[in-house]
Amino acid sequence: MQNAFDVLIIGAGVVGSAVARELARYKLSIAVVEKNPDVCCETSGRNSGVLHAGYNNEPDSLMAKFCVQGNRGFDAVATELSVPYKRTGKLVVGFGEEDMPKLLALKAQGEQNGVPMELVDRAFIKQKAPHVDGDFALWSPSTAILNPFQYTIALAENAAKNGVSFLLKQEVTAISYNKNDQLYTVSTNCGDLTSRWVINCAGLGSDKISTMLGIDEYTIYPCRGEYFILDQSVGSLLPLPVYPVPSIKTGGLGIHLTPTVDGNILVGPSTEYIDSREDYSSTQDTMKLLIEDGSRIFPHLKKEYFIRNFAGIRPKLTPKGVGGFHDFVIERRDDLAPHAVNLVGIESPGLTASIPIAMRVIELIKEVEPLTINPLFDPIREGFTTFNDKTHEEQAALIDSNPDYGEIICRCECITKAEVLAAINNPLRVDTVTGIKYRCRTMMGRCQGGYCQTRIAELILSEKHKARQELLYNRQNSMLFTGTVR
Amino acid sequence: MIMGEKIVCKVIIIGAGPAGLAAALKLWEGGVRDIVMLEREASPGGILRQCIHDGFGLTRFGETLSGPEYAQKFIDQVAKLPIRLITNATVIDITPQKIVTVACREGLLTLQGEAIILTMGCRERTRGALSIPGERPAGVFTAGVAQSYINLKNTMIGTDAIILGSGDIGMIMARRLTLEGVKVQAVFEIQPYPSGLPRNIEQCLNDYDIPLYLSHTVTKIKGGSRLEAVEISEVDANLTPIAGTQREYKCDTLILSVGLIPENELSKLGEVVLDPRTKGAVVDEFFQTSTAGIFAAGNVLQVHDLVDFVSLEAENLAASVTRYLNEGLPSSPISIETDNKISHTIPQKISGQNDVTLAFRCRVPINNCTVTLLQEGKTLATKHYKKLIPAEMQHILLPASGITTNSAVRMVITLD
Repeated sequence: MQNAFDVLIIGAGVVGSAVARELARYKLSIAVVEKNPDVCCETSGRNSGVLHAGYNNEPDSLMAKFCVQGNRGFDAVATELSVPYKRTGKLVVGFGEEDMPKLLALKAQGEQNGVPMELVDRAFIKQKAPHVDGDFALWSPSTAILNPFQYTIALAENAAKNGVSFLLKQEVTAISYNKNDQLYTVSTNCGDLTSRWVINCAGLGSDKISTMLGIDEYTIYPCRGEYFILDQSVGSLLPLPVYPVPSIKTGGLGIHLTPTVDGNILVGPSTEYIDSREDYSSTQDTMKLLIEDGSRIFPHLKKEYFIRNFAGIRPKLTPKGVGGFHDFVIERRDDLAPHAVNLVGIESPGLTASIPIAMRVIELIKEVEPLTINPLFDPIREGFTTFNDKTHEEQAALIDSNPDYGEIICRCECITKAEVLAAINNPLRVDTVTGIKYRCRTMMGRCQGGYCQTRIAELILSEKHKARQELLYNRQNSMLFTGTVR
Repeated sequence: MIMGEKIVCKVIIIGAGPAGLAAALKLWEGGVRDIVMLEREASPGGILRQCIHDGFGLTRFGETLSGPEYAQKFIDQVAKLPIRLITNATVIDITPQKIVTVACREGLLTLQGEAIILTMGCRERTRGALSIPGERPAGVFTAGVAQSYINLKNTMIGTDAIILGSGDIGMIMARRLTLEGVKVQAVFEIQPYPSGLPRNIEQCLNDYDIPLYLSHTVTKIKGGSRLEAVEISEVDANLTPIAGTQREYKCDTLILSVGLIPENELSKLGEVVLDPRTKGAVVDEFFQTSTAGIFAAGNVLQVHDLVDFVSLEAENLAASVTRYLNEGLPSSPISIETDNKISHTIPQKISGQNDVTLAFRCRVPINNCTVTLLQEGKTLATKHYKKLIPAEMQHILLPASGITTNSAVRMVITLD
């Protein structure tokens, strides 16, 4: 296997995948090294799935600038990569007089950032989202919702299609730089890799990688956000994201409700600084808080609609007590780490800003060496053919073209064997159970795999010629089975 | 099979489990022809295929059978008749006009029936529905999924297990796992009483020295990759965990047996009104739903504890469907109401013209009590019970003779 590259990207979240995809436009040998068995396992996949408009961040910050750019450019990217998204717009709802000045300040900030904003009344709220409560609101028409897994996977698959290697299940343990060869040696649990450039896109581990590069001045403060996922049967009651007025100190945007492109509703996230970077626990107290806060703006929040919880961790550069948002760190520190681009503390709106962040990385590289265009770069990534959203006539034609479309594997989401097989045989060769789930939505419905998990496990094992005890659920060492019965 | 054409038939049965099979046979006996049965699995039998333990059929056949044996008795009879069974066929749409769309490898089929019988069974409640705190590692399985892996897929799911919920499948899995060499440490039940049948407590837990702790629940799941431990707490009378009672149990497997939910997603497409208590359809004594010509029986209607009653319910349904096809059915204007000690009744509505057997469950265990059916204060029927428990479905006969008006019939429980 190749182990020497021009550029080595550490971390296959949305930023690492976007950097890989945008760098693939140039004649370079590129690899992405990722400790998890799939892309998008951490912060990039564990969030509200919102394409932000760009009014939450301070004017002239990279966050504001890249968020607005990322939002404006998204239609083109999403079309190239076949990523499902919806320009729903968003409401930030206020209650009572004390919320009004905060909303006006937010509106002013948004306008300064070049974001279209409008202050609207209760009638407007009721017209846009009849089941949402609020006295008045800030309306941002450019906000969109997207599936963050699909987006990251699409970026990574398109990068892979254009020659980028994805080295999954490899955790970086040390980095050294040889001045004579001008080469980095990046040690992993699977051996050493060498590269002329290193790009730190390690998210929650970005401070550690930064230290390994010799830039020993950053600390990531993990800040957990918990969510509830609601059943699709209530999805239609919430056509667009609805946020409360954010309070400045917390480090989050407040507990909000977000529809997903697949028709569920997310409630969350909470904001809790924790010590661990890996503890995705849901907690009793926070679940209670989510229900209380969420019910305030969306009175239809009932326990019978809960199908799952999840949590994400924000890689914050601002500690507890300070809160708020520190601007993205995207830097080249030639004195400490030549030929390295260091990205630290890329939190919200990192998903929205990922392509502009990648462009900035490329600029920083180009300041040191010229890059040659790769004429073979193909920006198109074919999407999945989905059965469920088709008319009966189209479904009939699909089955005629491939009988695997006639076998429904996941009944809640109506996912066919053809889709599951396409997901299993994905270009990144990810073969975890959740990897299949994020690619084709099986097991995401109300039965949570009660019907289809056994079938999917069986299909992965047979397609990938694996023994039962090798099948991973999601992370490393997450074995689903211990073997055969007899 | 001819594609693109509508298959016109008398009755479409959705699901060839114990309810669907029993309904098909009874329809045939009643003279109904042109029956199409749709089954998404490769073979009929429903959930019984994975229930390899015995205890089925005592009520109906007077002998104890395994799940597959019980199912086979019906399958063999159906196979002898020209009842059309389409397997590997998943219904993806139903309309109130009784048009059914089915996906199978041969194509997308469209069926038009005069009646539709819903016998889709139920699904398991999951961890997400309970919102158990903690991480989300591998190693947390619902009891039915665990049973499917072990009994149908020859796949072992762990070595050291805790079981949450004393539902029947959970207890049966406690025994099954023990027999396959898994250490089953304990079964924990949040309620102060078991939710499964007494015979399963005896045969699946006591016989294997597996302790059952009532008023306990899982308050935390630990493990970032594979399950490492669960935290168990005692709960108070409001089912709230009591601080300070936490104990950690190291284990790699957590089995959830925390309830079954009738699977009515298709019913909703047919505009069938559901009962929020049962999560199944609101039906009358003819098992007809709110959509004329759509009927429901078995676990899709209400979760049963014995398959024998599932078959019986489906057979009663089949007799009504036969009558519906031949002469039509009377309307059912009389609703059955209950007091708060009773969780629900089936049916929820009656015509008042026939003697009706009402199925019901109590909410909490009650000793020495009388169930009374009243209309406008007048007693229609009473039945004494030494012991009522939520795990056991009960039946009471409501005679038509006393019913004089269309006002609601009320079911109440009084202590003796």
